[in-house]
Parts: sequence; structure tokens; C-alpha cells
Amino acid sequence: MFCNSELRGIEKHLGAIEELGVRPVAISVDTPEVSRALRQKEGYTYTLLSDPKAEVIRRYDLLYPGAGENGHDIARPAEFLLDASGVIRWVNLTEDFRVRARPEQIIEAVKVLR
Amino acid sequence: MNKRQNWYLRVGFLLFPVSYASYFLVFARFPVTRDIPWVNFLLFATGFVLLFFGLRRAFAQPQQYRGKIAGPIASLVSIFVFAFFCFSIFHQTRQLPASTGAPRIGQKAPEFVLSDTNNEPMSLSSLLSTPLATSHAPPKGVLLVFYRGYW
Repeated sequence: MFCNSELRGIEKHLGAIEELGVRPVAISVDTPEVSRALRQKEGYTYTLLSDPKAEVIRRYDLLYPGAGENGHDIARPAEFLLDASGVIRWVNLTEDFRVRARPEQIIEAVKVLR
Repeated sequence: MNKRQNWYLRVGFLLFPVSYASYFLVFARFPVTRDIPWVNFLLFATGFVLLFFGLRRAFAQPQQYRGKIAGPIASLVSIFVFAFFCFSIFHQTRQLPASTGAPRIGQKAPEFVLSDTNNEPMSLSSLLSTPLATSHAPPKGVLLVFYRGYW
């Protein structure tokens, strides 16, 4: 619910984000099949990636152990903005999973890249 | 002995579950009502005001209005619902791991390869170099959004 409000916000502002030259990519522990279903249901057009074993999530130290359905490990919400060379230019690690980066905040951060 | 229904109590009591559920079903979808749940607090406040007047008339005019027994019980349950709402959204949602080892500003984001929704492997370097569909130029940046998943 909280995540989808964020993903939906990105979809809604996708034009503005891509206009600024940024490619949004969303990552979760969902399998490609589940992500495809979410994509179809919500109409997301940007890239959704699957990390079912949470390997990348662990490498980024974003694992939220046991917080998913039936005690599955999931990712804590987090946003990273990388420049063209892959260097991180902006990070948002919320302390409250209700409160996410708003699209306007992301667009502000993206402007730093230019 | 035909007492009147105490609608203040009934409506006030009903507002509590409505307010609780509406946050998760409706208001959490929009950042304006999500980050600070002011709409839900307004609904709770209205519920408390109605319960207060309902209780007052149940006790001040017990011959006329119902609710001397049900009213206090409903009020207690309502207080519990309100307290649980506050606990859910101000405590439970803040139990996130600290992620002190997460990559920081100025560091290079660790490379990865993950499957997209077509089961095609996608690497971070290819995401950084593949031209955008809109501009036909490589992106100036990539926004990585980690999320919980479908639930």
C-alpha cells in the first residue's frame, strides 16, 4: 500500500523524470512473474527488477528480515539516485515506512545531476 | 418507557473503525494525507465529540435517551481503536533496520544483475548505458527504488 503509493507517484511523474534524463528502476524480492502481474495491474511502464533471494538487497544493506508475508525477508524502502558514472548523488533512507520520497523531492534531486 | 435512540453514540462509535480502515484503504495512497494522517485525526476527533455528547445526554437525561451502559463500553472500545491506530502508524512503521552499511553519497553503487519482468537479465551498467526511449540518449542518471513488493 505504501510502496504502491510511491511506485504510482513515479509512474505519474515518469514524463518529467525521463525528461530530466533519469531512468527509474524499482527493485523488490518479488519474482518476475509477480512483478509482471503488479505491472499489469497498476500500469507501470518503467523497469521492475526481481531479487527473489535478496542478494542485491543484502549487498546494499537494505534487508528487512522477516517483515514480508509469512515471515519472508524483504527490502526496506530506499531510494538512490546515481549519476551517469554510477556514483550515488542522493539517498533517501526513510525511518518510517509510511513516509516515502515524494515525486517532487525526486525531481528536485534529479536536477542536481545536470 | 419508550427511550429514544442515542444517535450521537451510534454514529460516534461507528466513526472509529471507519477512520481506522480508511487510512489504510484510501488516505495512505496520497502523500498529502499519508505522511500526516490529518483526515483520519479529524474523523477520530469528530467521533470523540459525538461520543462525548452522546454520553452526556445518556447520563443527563437517562429517562429520554439510551446508552448508559452501551455508551461507556463503546467509548472504551473507541479509545482502544484510536490508541491502536496511533501505535500502528507511529510505532510499528518505524521499526525499519538502520541500514548503516548502505552505499553512501559519493560512493559507486555496487554493480548487480537482476531479472526484469520478461526474465531478461539486466545489469546496473546496462541500465546506465542503454539509451532512454524518450531521448534516444543514454540516461544522465538512474533512480534505484527499493520497495517491499506486491502485497
